Amino acid sequence: MRQQLTLDGNRALLARANPLSKFAAVVLITAVLALSIDWVSASVALVFELMLFPLAGLTLSLLWQRGWPLILAAAIGGWSTAILAPDRGRILLDAGIWTMSEGSLQLGIGFLLRGFAIALPAVLLMSCTDPTDLADALAQKARLPHRFVLGTLAAMRLVGLMAEEWQTIGMARRARGVGSRGNVVQRVKATLGQSFGLLVQAIRRASRLAVTMEARGFGGGQRTWARESTFSVLDLWVVGGGLLMAGLALGAALATGSWNMVWLGS
Amino acid sequence: MAPSQDAAGGVRPAAVTARGWGWRHAGRAKPAVHALDVDISPGERVLLLGPSGAGKSTLLHALAGVLGDINDDGESGDADESGSLLVDGAPPRERRGRSGLMQQDPETQVVLSRVGDDVAFGAENLAVPRDAIWARVHEALADVGLSHLPLDHPTSALSGGQKQRLALAGILAMRPGLILLDEPTANLDPDGVLEVRDAVARCLDKTGATLVVVEHRVSVWKDLVDRIVVLQPGTASDPAVLLDGPPDRVLSEARDMLTAAGVWVPGYVPATRRRADIRAAGTGNLLLAAEGLGVSRERPRRKGFRKIPPVPVQEGVAAQVRAGRALAVTGPNGAGKSTFALTLAGLLEPVSGKVSATVDLSRGAGIDPYTWKAEQLISRVGTVFQEPEHQFVTGKVLDELLFGPRHLGHGEDRVEELLERLRLTQLVDANPYTLSGGEKRRLSVATVLAASPQVLVLDEPTFGQDANTWAELASFLSELLDAGTAVVSVTHDAEFTAALGGAELRMSAAETVAP
Repeated sequence: MRQQLTLDGNRALLARANPLSKFAAVVLITAVLALSIDWVSASVALVFELMLFPLAGLTLSLLWQRGWPLILAAAIGGWSTAILAPDRGRILLDAGIWTMSEGSLQLGIGFLLRGFAIALPAVLLMSCTDPTDLADALAQKARLPHRFVLGTLAAMRLVGLMAEEWQTIGMARRARGVGSRGNVVQRVKATLGQSFGLLVQAIRRASRLAVTMEARGFGGGQRTWARESTFSVLDLWVVGGGLLMAGLALGAALATGSWNMVWLGS
Repeated sequence: MAPSQDAAGGVRPAAVTARGWGWRHAGRAKPAVHALDVDISPGERVLLLGPSGAGKSTLLHALAGVLGDINDDGESGDADESGSLLVDGAPPRERRGRSGLMQQDPETQVVLSRVGDDVAFGAENLAVPRDAIWARVHEALADVGLSHLPLDHPTSALSGGQKQRLALAGILAMRPGLILLDEPTANLDPDGVLEVRDAVARCLDKTGATLVVVEHRVSVWKDLVDRIVVLQPGTASDPAVLLDGPPDRVLSEARDMLTAAGVWVPGYVPATRRRADIRAAGTGNLLLAAEGLGVSRERPRRKGFRKIPPVPVQEGVAAQVRAGRALAVTGPNGAGKSTFALTLAGLLEPVSGKVSATVDLSRGAGIDPYTWKAEQLISRVGTVFQEPEHQFVTGKVLDELLFGPRHLGHGEDRVEELLERLRLTQLVDANPYTLSGGEKRRLSVATVLAASPQVLVLDEPTFGQDANTWAELASFLSELLDAGTAVVSVTHDAEFTAALGGAELRMSAAETVAP
């Protein structure tokens, strides 16, 4: 998933910003959107997010190729809210147990837009951020313990390897007569067995990798950084932009009176 | 030979001293190493030999200062150490950065995802100043012959040999006085083996560092080392070092002992069973044929709702598999040999062209092996994977062997014979994961054969195997061939191909990253 989301050789403007400032901007926007289920704040944020695409080196077709499961999930979430939420106002569609009213449709659209608006900043962040740079920033700027950050980074590289291993183990088990086809119970059983095989391999690889890292002096107290994580003027713009987007989304929702805090109900 | 300080880049070769040193892994009854006495002077190059279980890897890990926390099974606990083992007069753990260790599996020798960052990793941990790190990175990459790669080149795009050379660069950037190599070329093809060996030789000539290498294939390292130390498995009375001296003397004195222990002594090809007259063997009937076959491990990519077929690594491959005949699939790494074999074996879907089984093989299951059910597949085409562990599905050797026959509902009577023939009878109750490399290989072949397939496909069956397992495997397969089984093997091993006889399908290199 990581390889699918990160664009290799991305030279877009936002790729040059410090991952930490991008992360802060994403948190700001997401926090505002997570507070309310209304379609105004979500659509304002969404419009700005779409405008950021070129700056992150992302295009709509790339987004669809890489992020279609997210888009599909948001669409399904919106649709089910529209037909299942308690009805308010005029009934627009009545199909027995499923009814869609003006109120529930509005809620559904709000849900759909909010799903998009919350998912997109994360997709944007991943598409223009190299995990190694993110780790550098977290350890050097956010002062997270380097053992933890670098350990996680090295483990993430194994995840891609595990995806390949999963396919190989699947074939190797089919060659032993364990079918991954058949009815649901057979499939679940086969998947469980395959997961166990993968787990064993993952532990072996991880302990070997740990030896490699330790043999390269990892785990000592003092360490230097070959890549310096730096902030620049661009990072002011990134955080400022995040703040502005969050503020505008919040302001627009308050001004139109559609602000709808999640925990207050409707 | 003493290198100038400049060329050495400040490397001071390390000395190793062991006095009655012993180590017992946590949870094991027997010590891995017992009563080891050895002195290695700075700049010496030592090849460690000995049968499996002699504690070669344990010694290397100890010298690297990484022994004790976790063993290979991920277990931790109380281990026992006795005597002393010193690098430059201090315990290895206190000598961080004095030694660099390279292990067997190339995938776990790479830490980070960009070439430059990976080489810099060790130097960073030793708190080398930033500017000095990058100078070291460039120098180390040049020393191992990878300087043509950009620093942000993805490490995942490297071949096995390149990954090992990258690991060597990462070690060199630490400027260690002691380089430790634990079967560094066991997982590599012949080209990769030479790549890594030559890179090691260049770096040693330049830095003058001390070398300790563990490897079965003596001929690869013989001319590079100036001393061979033969270890023997730990017992209470005998010392750990059996023989110690210049390569030629040790090899002539211990030749019989080493060949008996399965070490690949130079100029020694183990005797294997001769095949019967090839024309008499089996019926020679066509069982499986590939026509215009295009193969890839990738699944079709999804572009939204559209499916895009993957780019094949090999296209237009034609091959015929006949009863009682061997087919060797050879060619350079990355040519798609394994991918082809897996497609032929009904495990991968062809990208283009087709694989078709004749009536003799399909027996009513349909033409295309990929569409067969798993039970139909195993009694027709058996595939032995390169990594035996990938194919273990139970927790006991006996259950492993009975697994196929039980699913098929017949053939359990064959298990006894296979156990006997592949020397697994003593191990029936053992957990497959705890076996030695050679035992795992023999078990993986036995489990696949327990389902009595007419076609046997093997992916690099001799990779990393000692000479004894090698000879057993070759002899056993030649028996199978004479009995009418078709054997397809993907291999770099010319001697193995010769021992089985039969046809060769040579694949040329597909598009690969330049070495």
